[in-house]
Amino acid sequence: MRGITKKFPGVLASDNVDFDVRAGEVHTLLGENGAGKSTLMKILYGLYQQDEGEILLHGKPVQLTSPANAIAHGIGMIHQHFMLVPTLTVAENVSLGLKSTRGALTDLKTVSRRITELSKTFGLHVYPDEHVWKLSVGERQRVEIIKALYRDASILILDEPTAVLTPSEVDDIFVIFRRLAEDGRGLVFISHKLKEVLDLSDKITVLRHGRVTGDTTPAKSDRHDLAQMMVGREVKLAPDKHEVETGVPLLVIEDLYVDGDRGRHAVQGLNLEVKSGEILGIAGISGNGQRELAEAIAGLRTPQSGKITINGQDTTASKPAKIRKVGLSYVPEERMKDGAVGDFDVKENLILLNHNSEPFCKNGLLNFREICSHSEKLVKEYAVKTPSIDATTKNLSGGNIQKLIMARELSAGPKVLLASQPTRGVDIGAAEYIHERISQQRQRGTASVVISEDLDEVMALSDRIAVMFDGKIMGIINQEDATRESIGLMMTGEEQEAASV
Amino acid sequence: MNDSFAVMIIVATIASGIRLATPFLLASLGEALGQRSGVLNLGVDGVMLLGAFGAYYMVLQTNNLYYGLLVGIGLGLIIGLFYAFITLNLRAEQGVSGIGIYLFGLGMSDLLFQKFVGTPRPILPFMPLDIPVLSGLPIVGEMLFQHSIIVYIAFALVPVMSFVLHRTTYGLNIRAIGENPEAADSLGVSVMATRYSAIIIGNGLAGLAGAALAIELGIFQQNLTNAMGFIAIALVYFGAWSPKGVMIGSLVFGLVQAIVLQCKTFGVIPRSASDLAAMAPAIITILALVVVAKRFKQPAALTKPYVRGG
Repeated sequence: MRGITKKFPGVLASDNVDFDVRAGEVHTLLGENGAGKSTLMKILYGLYQQDEGEILLHGKPVQLTSPANAIAHGIGMIHQHFMLVPTLTVAENVSLGLKSTRGALTDLKTVSRRITELSKTFGLHVYPDEHVWKLSVGERQRVEIIKALYRDASILILDEPTAVLTPSEVDDIFVIFRRLAEDGRGLVFISHKLKEVLDLSDKITVLRHGRVTGDTTPAKSDRHDLAQMMVGREVKLAPDKHEVETGVPLLVIEDLYVDGDRGRHAVQGLNLEVKSGEILGIAGISGNGQRELAEAIAGLRTPQSGKITINGQDTTASKPAKIRKVGLSYVPEERMKDGAVGDFDVKENLILLNHNSEPFCKNGLLNFREICSHSEKLVKEYAVKTPSIDATTKNLSGGNIQKLIMARELSAGPKVLLASQPTRGVDIGAAEYIHERISQQRQRGTASVVISEDLDEVMALSDRIAVMFDGKIMGIINQEDATRESIGLMMTGEEQEAASV
Repeated sequence: MNDSFAVMIIVATIASGIRLATPFLLASLGEALGQRSGVLNLGVDGVMLLGAFGAYYMVLQTNNLYYGLLVGIGLGLIIGLFYAFITLNLRAEQGVSGIGIYLFGLGMSDLLFQKFVGTPRPILPFMPLDIPVLSGLPIVGEMLFQHSIIVYIAFALVPVMSFVLHRTTYGLNIRAIGENPEAADSLGVSVMATRYSAIIIGNGLAGLAGAALAIELGIFQQNLTNAMGFIAIALVYFGAWSPKGVMIGSLVFGLVQAIVLQCKTFGVIPRSASDLAAMAPAIITILALVVVAKRFKQPAALTKPYVRGG
């Protein structure tokens, strides 16, 4: 791809980008959200058309006007959100959009045979007659790979393929990716996870604000170099840690059972204790009861049985307002749904916790002078980048909305801080800042709980790490003793005894 | 003597149940096709009314029942094209625009009827088409093989549609697009073209259903369908979006109607309760929906317009 430029209203998503991938290599596109990785790949896959520049395949310029067109040119894409139809079988999914040998009739027998062959060749363990909804996430991803291979893809675009996998699944899939490259295919690996990029890539191209800011190889760079190229300045990957004496337990959870939206018991007999001055990280793949646990602590979901104690008071099944009064601050997983009101302006979101009490409210009327001065102070203190405190919140970037929520929650002076996926979808710079802030809570004597899918985040922030699987805590390890492997094993349901030896 | 009389009654009731089920079957097959591709059409009843009037008027003019059926289908196809345009290109809210189609059909069919016909004149319905040999069978013959051609067509469409949905690439495309249009699009299947075709064919079937009804009754009047189109939509949920399920639903509905009619004829139901009895099919449908439909999941992309990258 040469000199690719793509403009969207108001943004230059891709600015004169050169990118190439050769047969037999894994070339990584690294960059933050909005850096232009996806735009570039969507152009290559025919979903968007470039405004300027050209695409050469095997040395010849091509026009890629649609996905069908790109597929015909041997380009395959493994999408971050799987492009599978759950109600259909593997073979039906694969044959979708293909010309059948039997004209208007489907030819699933031929397709199945070929899938089995490909599966054997590359060690994919994919079975054609199974329905996709029955498959695990890792298996679904391998179906996606089969789909691309079936169409003879010589270039494979892998769009954040590890986002939903457990560490051991990541290892397995990397072996497969390597095998595909050795087989003479060119792989484009899109990611923002520095460790994985260094593990897998032959070459790395870093993008920032739609421009190429660096070309390198794993041999020449380490994580810090890459992070710096991504963000454009020095980045601390883990916040500084000061020794802090832990104190009394501020959050105690005993034998907690919470029902999920579907089916019973998303949280099953969970026990936890978090002390003043410590950060407990909860690792685990999403959907293992973390959301239900967080909502139960915050009072948004009524537990079926068990007991939650915050700062010495029983808050099981209390109303959220009461739990907040006892000293809980809550940074929810879905910041735009549960954390802030998108259509409110910044200052309104900043006082949402105590808009009902003095000094912001007197005799049922809002006191705007107080609100404004308070908001100005918080915006400055928490480095929220916003044109003004009157700006509409939903127009801010994800990182700045998250900073705004942190500002509101931390300024309440919590006894217990519960932060769910605090940096998901947030750029590195803002994530660094948020980590710093959470870390500072230790000195204040707050008991913090950080729930995150991002293993690096949990390991960098926490004093102790609990791993959640199927609604239960599989084990708790001290940060010093934690390794990716031991945590990874627990994430797939191994008990700690087996895992930590 | 008494026994054979009872048998006669039962056979006649079942035969009339099958006849009454036919318009429901046609309309709900069409609706099921559209919904499998992810588009809800609440306008079925309006399309049926227009199809019914069109067929009735054509038969009045030409005395040819087949022309009537063709006009019914044709009107359905045209409305289908229009509905596809507003839901797919303009991405109108499907729940609301379907009601718009219904109201349009309800008003327009009556207006045209007043303008061009005025006082109702009856037309001759189809003669029963006896299937050779089979129609001569005792009991079964009268029950199943002495119907008008439209009944055979409707029931033949059930296996045809099953085959299309499950054995052809076109059917695979429809099923995929109703569940995950992005996936289909990413593999080069045209979401637009597939949905367009499903809606147009589906509405064609609704038009045919209306034509069948008008010809069967031999008459047209204001609101002839009496919300049959809405029942047909309910039957799609009852039948779990499968042609066979939809057929079973239509048959149950037709039979209950036939039994209620028969009971009225014999005075089993007092006249004072006849309005209540007329509600029986609807009530049974609702109960069946509550019991049955909960177990099945509707197409995941139903009522959701598709925008690439959106």
